[in-house]
Amino acid sequence: MAGVLVFLEQVDGELQKASLVALRAARELAKSLDLGNINGLTLGKSAEKAATAALEYGFEVVYFSEESDFENYRSVAFAKAAQKGFADCGASLFVAAATTTGKDFCPRIAAAGEMGQASDIVAVNSEGTVRRPMFAGDVLADVEILTEKKVITVRPTAFDPAETIQSSGEKKALGQVEIPDFAGEFVSFEGSGGDRPELTEASSVVSGGRALQSEENFEKYIFPLADSLGAAVGASRAAVDSGYAPNDWQVGQTGKVVAPNLYIAVGISGAIQHVAGMKDSKVIVAINKDPDAPIFELADYGLVADLYSAVPELTEEIKKSKQS
Amino acid sequence: MPQSKQYMVVERREMKILVAIKRVPDYESKIKIKPDSSGIVTDGIKWIANPFDEIAVEEAIKLRDAGKADQVVVVGIGPDDAAAQLRYGMAMGADSGIHVKYDGVVDSDLASRVLAEVYKRGEYGLIILGKQSIDSDANQTGQLLAERLSLAQACFASKLEINDNFATVTREVDGGLEIIKVPLPAVISTDLRLNEPRYASLPGIMKAKKKPMEEFTLGDLGVTEELKLKVVRMTPPPTRSAGRKVESVSELVDALKNEARVL
Repeated sequence: MAGVLVFLEQVDGELQKASLVALRAARELAKSLDLGNINGLTLGKSAEKAATAALEYGFEVVYFSEESDFENYRSVAFAKAAQKGFADCGASLFVAAATTTGKDFCPRIAAAGEMGQASDIVAVNSEGTVRRPMFAGDVLADVEILTEKKVITVRPTAFDPAETIQSSGEKKALGQVEIPDFAGEFVSFEGSGGDRPELTEASSVVSGGRALQSEENFEKYIFPLADSLGAAVGASRAAVDSGYAPNDWQVGQTGKVVAPNLYIAVGISGAIQHVAGMKDSKVIVAINKDPDAPIFELADYGLVADLYSAVPELTEEIKKSKQS
Repeated sequence: MPQSKQYMVVERREMKILVAIKRVPDYESKIKIKPDSSGIVTDGIKWIANPFDEIAVEEAIKLRDAGKADQVVVVGIGPDDAAAQLRYGMAMGADSGIHVKYDGVVDSDLASRVLAEVYKRGEYGLIILGKQSIDSDANQTGQLLAERLSLAQACFASKLEINDNFATVTREVDGGLEIIKVPLPAVISTDLRLNEPRYASLPGIMKAKKKPMEEFTLGDLGVTEELKLKVVRMTPPPTRSAGRKVESVSELVDALKNEARVL
């Protein structure tokens, strides 16, 4: 019976949460599409360590490669490696997280193998279809992939991460992968991180909008509130476009999709493109001085107030409440 | 670090840029699902060029005007009236258009097969298109196309520099910005921060009417219409109802602590 190959992103040998989410979806897909073994593939420095860690998750085989070709991400190289792993384990379904990495290289595998791809799925239906948002989340579409072999990317907030299961799988070196000359090269990476949690993985997120008016105000108002909660910082597209916040903080249709326990939207009006990226949060708080702002239509708690006085007060109150 | 590759510098030939434009419903339109769940109601929809593709047109025009390219060709797939979005690209400044006339459903895979055939019929040095369309949100076409043509890709671009026969591209990725260098021809997909597209001017719109537009059918290009993805049904997302307004910060903190229990 044909199986599944799951792409596992790793940093320093540690499996990334988004990939464990993809694994959970892969297990559901294996059931609904009646597929067999689940295999893994992990690439880059420390990939063998990641492969060892992955064996706790019930994989049949986890392929790994620490070849220098994979030290830095490159779409062509990763796609070629994935094609090899896919062929080697005789899989008929390739699954990856819909991170910027998965979004980038997965379609290359789909085209190379004339496979249909469903992007950014949020649910697996029992009939063998998958559910994915379209039109900025205004529509949920149940789609059928018409090819026998399939590629699927999974929205990192849509499933819980997979749990470990007892198994007797093995890890295997992927072996030689030929990388064509046109693959290009990695030049540099500039992180925008800092010490705060990753936006898509944080249990709380504080986002600022255009009303913050400057990068300095993000630092002065949003950062302390985020830090009082141990939250990640996000931003609306308007705030990013205005240069108040870096690009990868953007929450929305074309940015990150988040679903934390607590989402606080500060000075964000609530355009549909932003809402598409946060509406699955468990508790939504909106602080905005415009009582008619659309964000209040979905907020669990709305505070009509001037953010420049309300946010520092809220920061202090939260600090106090954490101490008590 | 992998050793830096030396790319051969060849004398520059004419450089044409191919830009793909998809026709999508205006992002301000209210999207309604048909009663039989088979798709969205298209009556009364205002169509626009996909905003990410407008960014692609802008970038191509800028490269041409900076002397890095000679011609910008816009291409689109769709029914007769999808020509309007191609004319819009030409009104922004593109030199000519290619309209692949087709009334049926187009998935990312079919789009990539059509674009690959269009590419092969011209001598293009670069392809630029939006990273995703705001209707299907699939984020696939550029990557599929690059693979079909055995080209490098640089997706989610927020900065693009063309030098000799390679492109240096800043990409918006999770966690920050990545810079890569890819040999040309290549496929570039645009992110929001690449540029701010200009509006088409009135003289631009007048001029665009006279610019050449080539027309093809799928048959002309030897492309079959089979799809790899089928939408079985569409449903609206669960609605989230408004909660309540709180009067003060202390009431908010109390609610978060004792009611929502998230503090």
